[in-house]
Amino acid sequence: MPTDAPEQALHHEMGLSDAEYDAILAQLGRTPTLTELGMFGVLWSEHCSYKSSREILKYFANYKSAIEGSGLENAGVLDIGDGIGITFKIESHNHPSAVEPYEGAATGVGGIIRDVLTMGARPIACLDSLRFGDITEQDNVLDRRLFDRVVQGIGGYGNCIGVPTVAGEVTFHRRYNGSPLVNAMCIGQLRLEDLTTASASGPGNAVVYLGSATGKDGIHGATFASDVLGEDSDAKRPNVQIGDPFAGKLLNEATLEALATGAIVAIQDMGAAGLTCSTCEMSAKGGVGMDVDLDRVPTREPGMSAYEIMLSESQERMLAVVRSGREQEVLDIFHKWELPAAVIGRVTDTGRVVVRRNGQVEADVPAQLLTDGCPTLSLDAAQPRSVEEAAHFNPASLPDTQRPAEDLLRMMEHPDVASKRWVYEQYDYSVQTQTSLPPGAADAAVLALRGTRRGLAAKTDGNGRWVYADPYVGGQLAMVEAARNVACTGARPRGATDCLNFGNPNDPNVYYQFREAVRGVADAAEALRIPVLSGNVSFYNETDLGEVLPTATIGVVGTLEDASFRLPMGLPKEVGYVFLAHPLHQHARQHGLGASHYLRVVHDSEDGAPEPPLLDHEKSLIEFLVAAAESRLLCAAHDISEGGFAVALAEMCLSGSAGVFALVDGDEHMQRHIVGPLFESMLRGNLQPTEEVFASLAGAEHAHGPWSYSDRTDAKLFGEMPGRVLLAMGREAIASRGAERLAALAEDLHVGLLCVGTFSQSFRTFQVVTPSRPLINLDLERLGNAYFDAIPKLMQQA
Amino acid sequence: MRVAVIQTPGSNCDQDAYFSLRDYLGADAEYVWHRETSLEGFDAVVLPGGFTYGDYLRGGAIAAQSPVLFEVKRFAHEGKPVIGICNGFQILTESGILPGALVRNENRRFLCKKVFIKRVNATSFWTEGVPEVMAVPIAHNEGRYIADEVTLNQLEAEDRIAFVYCDQDGNVTPAANPNGASRNIAGILNAGGNVLGMMPHPERVVSELIGGSDGRRLLARLAVPTW
Repeated sequence: MPTDAPEQALHHEMGLSDAEYDAILAQLGRTPTLTELGMFGVLWSEHCSYKSSREILKYFANYKSAIEGSGLENAGVLDIGDGIGITFKIESHNHPSAVEPYEGAATGVGGIIRDVLTMGARPIACLDSLRFGDITEQDNVLDRRLFDRVVQGIGGYGNCIGVPTVAGEVTFHRRYNGSPLVNAMCIGQLRLEDLTTASASGPGNAVVYLGSATGKDGIHGATFASDVLGEDSDAKRPNVQIGDPFAGKLLNEATLEALATGAIVAIQDMGAAGLTCSTCEMSAKGGVGMDVDLDRVPTREPGMSAYEIMLSESQERMLAVVRSGREQEVLDIFHKWELPAAVIGRVTDTGRVVVRRNGQVEADVPAQLLTDGCPTLSLDAAQPRSVEEAAHFNPASLPDTQRPAEDLLRMMEHPDVASKRWVYEQYDYSVQTQTSLPPGAADAAVLALRGTRRGLAAKTDGNGRWVYADPYVGGQLAMVEAARNVACTGARPRGATDCLNFGNPNDPNVYYQFREAVRGVADAAEALRIPVLSGNVSFYNETDLGEVLPTATIGVVGTLEDASFRLPMGLPKEVGYVFLAHPLHQHARQHGLGASHYLRVVHDSEDGAPEPPLLDHEKSLIEFLVAAAESRLLCAAHDISEGGFAVALAEMCLSGSAGVFALVDGDEHMQRHIVGPLFESMLRGNLQPTEEVFASLAGAEHAHGPWSYSDRTDAKLFGEMPGRVLLAMGREAIASRGAERLAALAEDLHVGLLCVGTFSQSFRTFQVVTPSRPLINLDLERLGNAYFDAIPKLMQQA
Repeated sequence: MRVAVIQTPGSNCDQDAYFSLRDYLGADAEYVWHRETSLEGFDAVVLPGGFTYGDYLRGGAIAAQSPVLFEVKRFAHEGKPVIGICNGFQILTESGILPGALVRNENRRFLCKKVFIKRVNATSFWTEGVPEVMAVPIAHNEGRYIADEVTLNQLEAEDRIAFVYCDQDGNVTPAANPNGASRNIAGILNAGGNVLGMMPHPERVVSELIGGSDGRRLLARLAVPTW
């Protein structure tokens, strides 16, 4: 029988509450051993048990049945045709990255890659959604260092293991000071018939340990991730795991080779809570038990106790159930790849996980009790005062923009908007030779998959400032933006994954943020018919200023029928039109200035709330973007988001090779009678836009159309109105009546469309005018310097 | 021509090389495990990129001790074509098949970007007939080619510099040098001109759909059945 029963106070050290400990006593009918108590500590931690979030996450379950889909989607796999399945997941590694940024980020990448691998899929791409403190603060050396080391850690792992890092986002805010968010997403590709399960079965089958030897690193990591970081965080450094991407690479290849033999019944990553989690979860899922002899576990040092072996979070390990009699086949493959592998036990029909060390039973617990027995917490929610205040924001108290060109430059060089080239050039984004649109080239990454014509697009999004100002709308916008970004490449959004990063859930304001954001994400997903296939919750993200900005990161994956339909965001080296796709009907009295990038950078204010998305329109817009890409009428598309129309248009110039001349304020009447012919003549003559061009516009009447939402110039230039996308069409498509065909397509799909400008490789400037006056006239080089040099300059001080 | 793509623990461009050669160029490529001791029946060798043995000692240092490398040396000596790309180039210098060394990039960061390279030698098996300027990506942490002055002068004198980094118009400038390599060197040849080591990845640019096709012109040599 289990021995060495511990002192009762020990459960606090394991992160268990008195009520939880009482539940354990009642269920077990005896005092747990030290090893058992440790196992309960990690599996009943927030990180593993979702005890605080379970109630709220039912929002996803409720609508899941409403979305059509095969059983595959419940397994977290998309069937994209040609027998190909796509699986993906996002996970946070925030706490480890705060304490040890390089290793924390690296092991975050490694963990999510193994999650995908255990589905039987080859990991084909990673995305990383990162949040750091305000690196523009002169004395914030800490966050510049965290940024630097996290990026190097992601690169260090991903580059070595050979999985391209193809997209993501990075933003900065003082409400992340010292408490970065590191959300890593991985996408895997598999043959549908190779889909693998984590559900153990077949009493008598072998329990096989695969991968690196177990050491004393990361013991109790899951418990650590469920706590608020404080001044003693440095003392928790030993709780952070160390990654070995070389071992990770070997594990990838060996696992895929072993899975191909058919000898493996079930497999799971040993991630958070290590051997404890994998033995218990696999047993519980299959309704079976396991007898495990820890003496057979490969260890890095002698004399490790049962407690240490069961709780170690050493990286690059997997647990598999292998058909009885075929163990050697699997062991041989791992040995060929120079990796440890050992049979450590057998599947039983008892439903209990029994762990032995030196011949003694150290744990004997029902698997189900560990995985599902943790009492769910019912927490209070209360709307924070900030949400109420944000709703009452009125921009009339702020002056309109006086120098729009200067304002634009300041917005472009703010690190939230500035080019992230400094980041993604440190990632190998082209290994595996499937990357069709790399980072910086489009609104989402696009992969041209081997063995099929189909393409895959993926992007993460999630604006914490929007969720802070209005959690429900912020949640909706995260989903809608990620989907819209994917659709801008011409891909149809097919599935989503979410990573929910919040503060301490015991704070009713935080719990409110969490609940409302989840409701927003789920409602938007349902409206867009995008199933949420996987997800992760991270609580206890706190800074000295209080909880971090509530950040719902959404990853969306979409498919293109043919990868060659893909659309970049940059304007090509030629001439053509720029169109604005917009909602047909806009709510009155909007401005898009609440919680906007413009307000933050130019007016040093974070007042107000974002405009809510029009979900019906967003759905139509996606259909329109997919159809437009398939028609091959367009050469570029770019979503209008942070910084509004002007920033989006500037990004299209800088990502591509052309200047623009664009008009804000105008409707179809103006387009037909004045702007259209004018652009035509400019295109034919390949002219630089001049004062005369502008003069000919001056006679135009003040117009309405998609610009009528506000009278303010800043709202038109920089307002963040959701549901708007800029499109570019080149000379050849125009010559074959492309503009008319695009307009017809937009009308069919109930999307507003207006020609707003012209682009040309010979334009050296970025010009925006209204019918009555010039607004912005900037040299492209100056704009480019602001955009591309900002982050390298800031990081010179790292 | 039968092409051996060498697989070593930690290679991660082995599949890229294999599929690029087979699917895009129609070459007869096969994987060869690093423990093999014979390359009998093969006509060319590709040492692909990656992080063999995690690059934990130095890039390519441990892989240079693999059993198959003895055979690659023999192969090179016999004048048969060998190409080492990225980590494969590092393995070639570590094993002494090519002179010099590859050290950490000047900015001490991993660097992934498309660069332009200019052909210098125009007469070897590898470089004859390839375009003068090609756009090819790099992805490396230790890609800065260095050698002593005597060696560099000798490489120049013997026309053994295969490629140098340049701008898109073919100008060889310091600004076009992404990693601080001596004399902008991106790739070199052995004395026989049959062994090429280069840091940029031609196998990553074999189709416009994945960002370019300049690499085809170089790798097409391996699809020619006349060797």
